[in-house]
Amino acid sequence: MHGRVKLKSTAQQEEEKRKEREKKLKVYVATRDACFNKRKDGAMDDEALQLTQQLLSANPDFATLWNYRREILMYLETVKEEDEVQKQYDAELVFLEACLRVNPKSYGCWYHRGWVCGRQPRPNWVRELALCDECLALDDRNFHCWDYRRMVVKASGVPVEQELQFTDRLIGSNFSNYSSWHYRSTLLPLLHPQSPDPPANCPHPPNSSPPNSPHTHSHRVCEEQLLKEYELVQNAFFTDPNDQSAWFYYRWLLGRAEREEMISCVYMSREGERVVVAFSRPVNAQTVGLMLVLDGQLQRVEWRSAPPSVRHTPVWICELPPGTISDINNEHNLTVHWTEKHTQRECALYSSRPESWCRDSATDQELFRSELSVEKTSVLQSELTSCNQLMELEPENKWCLLTIVLLMRALDPLGYERQTLVHFEKLKEVDSMRTSYYSDLCSKFMIENTILKMEYAEVRVFSISEKNLTTLCHLDQLLLVTHMNLSSNQLSRIPPQFSMLQCLEVLEVKDNLIESLEGLSNLPKLEELCLNNNQISKISQLKPLASCSKLTRLDLRDNPITKMDNLQTELTDLLPSVTDLML
Amino acid sequence: MASDNLPSEFDVVILGTGLTESIIASACSRVGQKVLHIDRRNYYSSKWAGFNFNSLLSWIEEHKAQQGAQSKDDWAEWRNKLVDGEEALLISADDSFIANLEVFCYASLEAEEEEKEEVAEAAPSFAEPEEGTKGEGEGSLDVIQETAATGETQHTPVDGVQEEGVSQDASQEDEAEEKKDQQEDSTASPVKEVKKKITYAHLVKEGRRFNIDLVSKMIYSRGSLVDLLIQSKVSRYTEFKIVTRILTYRSGRVEQVPCSRADVFASKQLTMVEKRMLMKFLTFCLDFEQHPEEYKEASDQLFWEFLQTKKLTENLQHFVLYSIAMVTKEARTEDGLKATQHFLRCLGRYGNTPFLFPLYGLGEIPQCFCRMSAVFGGIYCLRHSVQCLVVDKETNSCKAVIDTQGQRISCTHFVVEDGFVREQWKSTDERYISRAVLITDRSVLPADSEQQISLLTVPPLKQGGSAVHMVELCSSSMTCMPGTFLVHLTCSSKGTAQEDLEPLVSKMFYVPPSPGEELAEGDERSGQPTVLWALYFNMLDTSRMDGSSSNSGFDLPSNVHVCIGPDVTLGCDFSIKLAEKIFRQLLPDEEFCPPAPDPEDIIYEGEAPQGEGSGFEQETPKTEGSSLQSEGEGLESQSEIEKEAGEMETPAQKAPEEVLKEDTSPSEE
Repeated sequence: MHGRVKLKSTAQQEEEKRKEREKKLKVYVATRDACFNKRKDGAMDDEALQLTQQLLSANPDFATLWNYRREILMYLETVKEEDEVQKQYDAELVFLEACLRVNPKSYGCWYHRGWVCGRQPRPNWVRELALCDECLALDDRNFHCWDYRRMVVKASGVPVEQELQFTDRLIGSNFSNYSSWHYRSTLLPLLHPQSPDPPANCPHPPNSSPPNSPHTHSHRVCEEQLLKEYELVQNAFFTDPNDQSAWFYYRWLLGRAEREEMISCVYMSREGERVVVAFSRPVNAQTVGLMLVLDGQLQRVEWRSAPPSVRHTPVWICELPPGTISDINNEHNLTVHWTEKHTQRECALYSSRPESWCRDSATDQELFRSELSVEKTSVLQSELTSCNQLMELEPENKWCLLTIVLLMRALDPLGYERQTLVHFEKLKEVDSMRTSYYSDLCSKFMIENTILKMEYAEVRVFSISEKNLTTLCHLDQLLLVTHMNLSSNQLSRIPPQFSMLQCLEVLEVKDNLIESLEGLSNLPKLEELCLNNNQISKISQLKPLASCSKLTRLDLRDNPITKMDNLQTELTDLLPSVTDLML
Repeated sequence: MASDNLPSEFDVVILGTGLTESIIASACSRVGQKVLHIDRRNYYSSKWAGFNFNSLLSWIEEHKAQQGAQSKDDWAEWRNKLVDGEEALLISADDSFIANLEVFCYASLEAEEEEKEEVAEAAPSFAEPEEGTKGEGEGSLDVIQETAATGETQHTPVDGVQEEGVSQDASQEDEAEEKKDQQEDSTASPVKEVKKKITYAHLVKEGRRFNIDLVSKMIYSRGSLVDLLIQSKVSRYTEFKIVTRILTYRSGRVEQVPCSRADVFASKQLTMVEKRMLMKFLTFCLDFEQHPEEYKEASDQLFWEFLQTKKLTENLQHFVLYSIAMVTKEARTEDGLKATQHFLRCLGRYGNTPFLFPLYGLGEIPQCFCRMSAVFGGIYCLRHSVQCLVVDKETNSCKAVIDTQGQRISCTHFVVEDGFVREQWKSTDERYISRAVLITDRSVLPADSEQQISLLTVPPLKQGGSAVHMVELCSSSMTCMPGTFLVHLTCSSKGTAQEDLEPLVSKMFYVPPSPGEELAEGDERSGQPTVLWALYFNMLDTSRMDGSSSNSGFDLPSNVHVCIGPDVTLGCDFSIKLAEKIFRQLLPDEEFCPPAPDPEDIIYEGEAPQGEGSGFEQETPKTEGSSLQSEGEGLESQSEIEKEAGEMETPAQKAPEEVLKEDTSPSEE
């Protein structure tokens, strides 16, 4: 049409582009070959720098070329004056900046930049920091840049306050940025450490002088700052309760330090002359320097783990040399030393007693609040109030519900039990993808509550029936339990950790969905086992029971296995000790 | 001006260079139509024009002089160009759309030596508008255009001496300017005493740093203007600033409206629960159509009543109604929800508010479209108008126009700004927009950074009044000199602009009783910005005239299309939609503003395509000093919207003075 601007057709444009590309490729290949040849000849000259620069500008992920460049630069360091070297590296940084503008996520570029700054006689960290800020402004989740920034901060000793302000800024512009929240969690303990008020039985003081770099972890933050942080993070989750980064940070704020490492329980039994030791966390007793001193004499013993053949576990068992404590008229004193941690625990076995133990009771403060902190109750209470307020507005928000559950547990696990269960039902409903997770978590809390009740009652009977348990945990806390009732739950297996229950005599698990009895092995005192109405269908599933030498009573009614022919004979073969069999 | 230079045949003749006309011009040129685009005035953009301070003063003088002046009829000169069966339809020579114009100067009139005379002359002329610079009118504008063309080089060193005493070395001027800006940034806000008192002479001397728009609007970042700029690639001719704050005025206080997620998070004035309620409500608005159960019952209600049922606190109701939805109390629920939704959808595209503002002012935008038109062969003439239309009696269509030189130019379509055909408008219902322009010495809500562009909506101060849109521009928007703010107020008129807006101005600002008078120490108003200079005027709101479809509102031939507006609303959508509508009537089978090709995809042939004026090379050699290039400096800057879009480089584009400007144009952030 008349007057119209004439345009190249698509085909023409394509063709032009193709030619252009071809030309580029030719140049690229030629330059690359030239580079390789030069490297082979060991050339360390400016021309080589020039050529590699050309190639790397086009393709910054060519690691070999970066290596070649580093070789040349290191060589130049040996022949040039310091000022010249400085200039050389400055030029290198300018080149790198250009590369990063093209591809801000190139591994090669960021690595080389770090290398250059490390080699440069007088690195300009201020400029590097500014570069990082610019990069993060473009993409606040560029982890290459976050990494590099950490390196720069470390090398240049940026004050922690300044870094905290940096996270303030990033969070202010977009609080859905987990990197910033996380960075905060590493900075705050350095800037506002918890007041040096070590727990009463702390064997050694916590890091007394926090180092001045944001890269070493200490854990807690002083309360005044914590309150400010609560407010900040609440602003975030009231603004957008579906943003998980704020909730995760909140969990961290409410959380407390890891449990101290210690020996939590020593149990000794005359029968079998056995010693059982429980630790506050899984360890490998064979390597941590565990020493057993009986009546002032060091004993050589073989530690075996419960469950067997697990390298790290909280429960370890050993047999004393025959005859050492078997005489019921003797009194014995046992000390277990954990040399690596400079800690120990003693246990006295009085005469005429068949067994003895020494342990920390699992009072609520000590154990099951490790999810959340031991902050002042008033603080937790006010946090709970805020979250309840949010829940009124957002009754379906899973993060809010879950946090409320955790706060309730931290405040009063038994008192809030009923409400906790209601919240769990709601959680399963609004977040149906994670039903099993909530079931397991709820099981865990119910078990904790039952342990607490048991502690208060000072008994060795653990009974938790009709609680919809889907999993078993905290079994290391049940070391001393003799009678256990798990009836009418949703359990499908007895996990291997069950073999920690070294004192268990009677176990009732009727009306569950049990298929696997893996954990019912090596239980030296187990006499009675009720498996009524479960999913046992094969004789092989009963195999672990063979290692429980005292088992005399076994109830297998209402299991598929009862339909099996020859069952009786097979069972007698497998479990000769069982005299009272119900089928 | 030799008339024989203009070709005598065009497809489309467009009179008036406002936004709608300019878009039509670029759309028509783009699809190969021969376009003649003219304007009687000596500046671009018609009602949408932006002036620097000095040319605004001249424009005011001109306006006052024009009132009462008679348009002379050169009846005889073009009479003989008509043939049998044709009749003439006169085009109005008086296109005035401004009324009740008042100027007030509050800045100190004391002057530094060299300006004394100038000020003495200029200041009284406001008191007696009839007296003075009549004769200089046109000439002074020409002078300004020339200085604009020669660029910053002349002036910057002077600034340096005056303000900071930095080096005069011309080669360092960029650096010096940057430095100066930084220093001002850092000193201005914390230490008030350091701030130099700005005199009237100062404003005049720095007048070129101002770009004062007659129309004050915002660009919604997902509005039709942004879409059009991107789609047509006209965006490559301009740059934008993000509006940084949405403010509101309530119980005598200016507050920031938390409208984005980050704002709500950071807000100190909202309680936690309010934060949640606000976010919840806004989230609902984003896709309110999906939840009819939430609002259908209330669809007969008013929006503000609906807000009350939503458990929003009074605070939040105010924010949503006036600053986010920006509707009146009379708005219905669904309209309020739609307005809120539009606001929210615009958030986050470019920044934390929904709005963009063009660098150098809104007056840039029509020029960008003119430029695109010129690139595709449109011919431009300023100070050139049409005396009459030649109408074929039989078909009642416009065959040709006779221009002010008496030349007959045939055309298939005639597009005209409403002012030129107002006599043909049948109704007498006249509406006005009330406008005020203030130059102030500080922001209505000082913040860490002085460089804020703020939009403030003020609910009606009294029953039955209009809500006022206030836009406060900082110097980095290239619309005012450093150390000052340019404030635009807009509302639909109930009385004269001064009656409508002065009560608000005197509430929010300190208006000195006599020029230069400062507030007494410890006065309760001492936090308020001082007004240095104020302009009030009413602009005719022609947006209801409805001149487009079948010319229902106008008594005109069918191929004459009237561009009405702009309207009083905050966005530009009215004018964009109208342009598209008229284009569809003109060329129903053509695409509206398809993307302009990249320079490398254009085939340049040895010979220019047939016919004069249709090639790239021919661009407005007609009137001296008024071609597009010599207008604003913003034209050369590359768009932020589409950074990837390359510069359009056609041979004719790079006039020498442009290259110069490019180098010296102020550096952007």
